[in-house]
Amino acid sequence: MSTKEIVYDSKVEGEIVVTRADAVVNWIRQHSVWPMPMGLACCAIELMATAAPKFDISRFGMEVMRFSPRQADCMIVAGTVTYKMAEVVRRIYDQMGDPKWVVAMGACASTGGMYRSYAVLQGVDNIIPVDVYVSGCPPRPEALLDAMIKLQDKIGREPSVRNLRKSQGIASVA
Amino acid sequence: MDEELAQRLVERFAFLSKRTSKDCLSYFCPPENLVELATSLRDREGFEMLVDLTALDWGQENSPRFTTLYHFYSLALKIYLRIACDCPCNDKPDVPSLAAIYPAADWHEREVFDMFGITFAGHPNLKRILMWDEYPYHPLRKEFPLAGIETPLPAPDVVEVTNVSVKPAPMMGGPFVSPAEGNVSESEPRAKDESWTEEVEKTL
Repeated sequence: MSTKEIVYDSKVEGEIVVTRADAVVNWIRQHSVWPMPMGLACCAIELMATAAPKFDISRFGMEVMRFSPRQADCMIVAGTVTYKMAEVVRRIYDQMGDPKWVVAMGACASTGGMYRSYAVLQGVDNIIPVDVYVSGCPPRPEALLDAMIKLQDKIGREPSVRNLRKSQGIASVA
Repeated sequence: MDEELAQRLVERFAFLSKRTSKDCLSYFCPPENLVELATSLRDREGFEMLVDLTALDWGQENSPRFTTLYHFYSLALKIYLRIACDCPCNDKPDVPSLAAIYPAADWHEREVFDMFGITFAGHPNLKRILMWDEYPYHPLRKEFPLAGIETPLPAPDVVEVTNVSVKPAPMMGGPFVSPAEGNVSESEPRAKDESWTEEVEKTL
């Protein structure tokens, strides 16, 4: 068998590309992540550095930081979540449209970090579901980029069509 | 300069009493004279800045239990002046507010109210500034544990979805402090007493 038979031949198949719906949906989603910068402490400075030219998050198609949750689909929780702020973080998360993802950036957002105190929520996963945790205090921009690439991989593995059907109340086909 | 000012202050304000201090001039002032003193300091002595306002909790067993502290600075003389004011009542500590004389006192007094529960008579807007309004404790009081006390979160709809409440933080033998000697791997902040955790009881 030559390789010619399995490559796309426009003369035989016409202007058609055959693929899976999941692959298309995920490909679109993972290359246009619109982050919502939930900057709460010093991690937000590293988040800004990540978006700045030296580290350039736009190389991965996620430079469109939106300060309105309704226009964003990935919340980057960068910093210490106090109990007073926890309510706000949850409300902003609720306002984001589906599908949505959360990155817990740094030790504080992931676990409360060094703040073992009366005022600090011990990990943002107590109030919202987290997809990727980034270690570091604060993490280097490379670490955040690595996390965002891992998030892209995760988005790429999602059963998007099944999730879509489930959310619409349509029974899945075999 | 300091001696000159000290002499003048003691002559003018008979109610001041000397307080031991290792750095700047320091006096005790009775709460009933505090407003009079602050007004004179600002208008006649040139202490135009209220640099800091905080409080001390000497513990439940001591009386007076609470002391408020004021640091004034004179930009012309370049000297600091510390005034301490013992709160007369231990259960409901109350001192007069300086917010009308020094606007800087406004938020500082709210913070002291939030953290220590000291009320400032005459403050225009005395409500919590750091913790939320419904929070029932004053965290910097000596009897309050660093880890915190379980309290409901003030947002019922969020609690309904997340089932989260304010819980004591896991101390694991903490608080976490740096021994501050040796190289970095040895001076990383760590629990002073690592013999116990929340799971393993402390043995004496």
